[in-house]
Amino acid sequence: MTRVTVVDYKAGNLTSVLKALRHLGADVEVTDRDLGLIGRAERIVLPGVGHFNATRRLEDTGITGAVREAIARGVPFLGICVGMQWLYAGSSEAPEISGLGHFESACERFPECEMKVPHVGWNAIEPAAGSRLLSGVEDGSYVYFTHSYRAPVTADTAATADYIEPFAAAVERGNVMGVQFHPEKSGDTGLRILRNFLRWQTGRESC
Amino acid sequence: MLTKRIIACLDVHGGRVVKGVQFVDLVDAGDPAALAARHAREGADEIVLLDITATHEGRHTLLDTVRRTARELFVPFTVGGGVRTAGDAEQVFEAGADKISVNSAAVANPGLIEEIGRSFGAQAVVVAIDARRDPDAGDPVRAAQVYVQGGRKATGRRVVEWAREAEARGAGEILLTSMNADGTREGFDCELTAAVSEAVRIPVIASGGAGTVQHFADVFGRGKADAALAASIFHFGVSSARSLKEDLAACGVPVRFPC
Repeated sequence: MTRVTVVDYKAGNLTSVLKALRHLGADVEVTDRDLGLIGRAERIVLPGVGHFNATRRLEDTGITGAVREAIARGVPFLGICVGMQWLYAGSSEAPEISGLGHFESACERFPECEMKVPHVGWNAIEPAAGSRLLSGVEDGSYVYFTHSYRAPVTADTAATADYIEPFAAAVERGNVMGVQFHPEKSGDTGLRILRNFLRWQTGRESC
Repeated sequence: MLTKRIIACLDVHGGRVVKGVQFVDLVDAGDPAALAARHAREGADEIVLLDITATHEGRHTLLDTVRRTARELFVPFTVGGGVRTAGDAEQVFEAGADKISVNSAAVANPGLIEEIGRSFGAQAVVVAIDARRDPDAGDPVRAAQVYVQGGRKATGRRVVEWAREAEARGAGEILLTSMNADGTREGFDCELTAAVSEAVRIPVIASGGAGTVQHFADVFGRGKADAALAASIFHFGVSSARSLKEDLAACGVPVRFPC
């Protein structure tokens, strides 16, 4: 059974994420401060909804450093929503807090215009060719979003979505992945993406 | 393109789904978990479960119902009814809800919106407004009043003003039910929905009066709704979310279809 370590940093409710991972057969453990568990993790999921401010706790508890080491060891990592935004340098939602900086750019609020912010609901995504996380997900598949900040489209973008302008719906570089939408709330498409993550093999493991 | 959401609503009383007309005359419509699963399978974008007669004694039944309903549901799931404190909300989130809908308790204590939002994020707080037009007023839409306690008690508050305050306090969405239209299947209150939708920047879910495909097209168009909620037309097999969305897509309304 695939073991997954879910990081709880008190940013919203974890129930739906845990339920979806268990539904897919994962052996799920949850930690909010146990660096040893992160040190032994086989896969890490960092969920999170709400304010970027909540990620402050990751630095305070030492989780940031432990995650950095795990990523360097090749452990597959998936950030969801605020968990994806945290992979970037930071977010203008809480400029005083640094993200992990694995991806260089920063997250910004949707520009002011006549369209509503937050972006809430089902929107279509266009996966990039070669994305392992989105393998088998067709162009135009719908997933569920709820957010006011988003990351720009760059070379690491694994899927784009369009709201006011194109933004990164998913990001992926090697073993580090993130999704701005909620795969645990995105029906069969979301479950497929989580399954892809659970099956993701590092080069080293397969040798 | 962001799609217009079709939300299936389960009004629950004592662990069973019921449906009434203008908030009275309840009839049994089935098991919540089975109906939620069916609606999700048939293309509903979201499920809302409202405990319409929430009482202290009924809390355990509700939490058990939420747990059972959430178990196999992988679309957004909102639960409302009887949430009076942040502690109540926490229990409902732990049972598997993604969002909480607050109504009477938020009117009585608007700080509750901020309190739940702080712990679970603004996106998790839906403020439900039961609205009744004032037929004697010069502008019945502007004068529409907020009702609480399942539509039994007028508050004297104006709907549009309360929606603005809810947004300012951090609500993630507004669920606007027209009591005049509820259960009639004669169409949503598009004027009232548009007035609220134009007054706030958060999504507005229109509720009450769904009967035909055209009603949905109207409320997404003229009514400027971001989502529309219906119950009875789905429960009794008049239409499935899938066939509704197929017809809406044919009318040019952006919906998640195929779903």
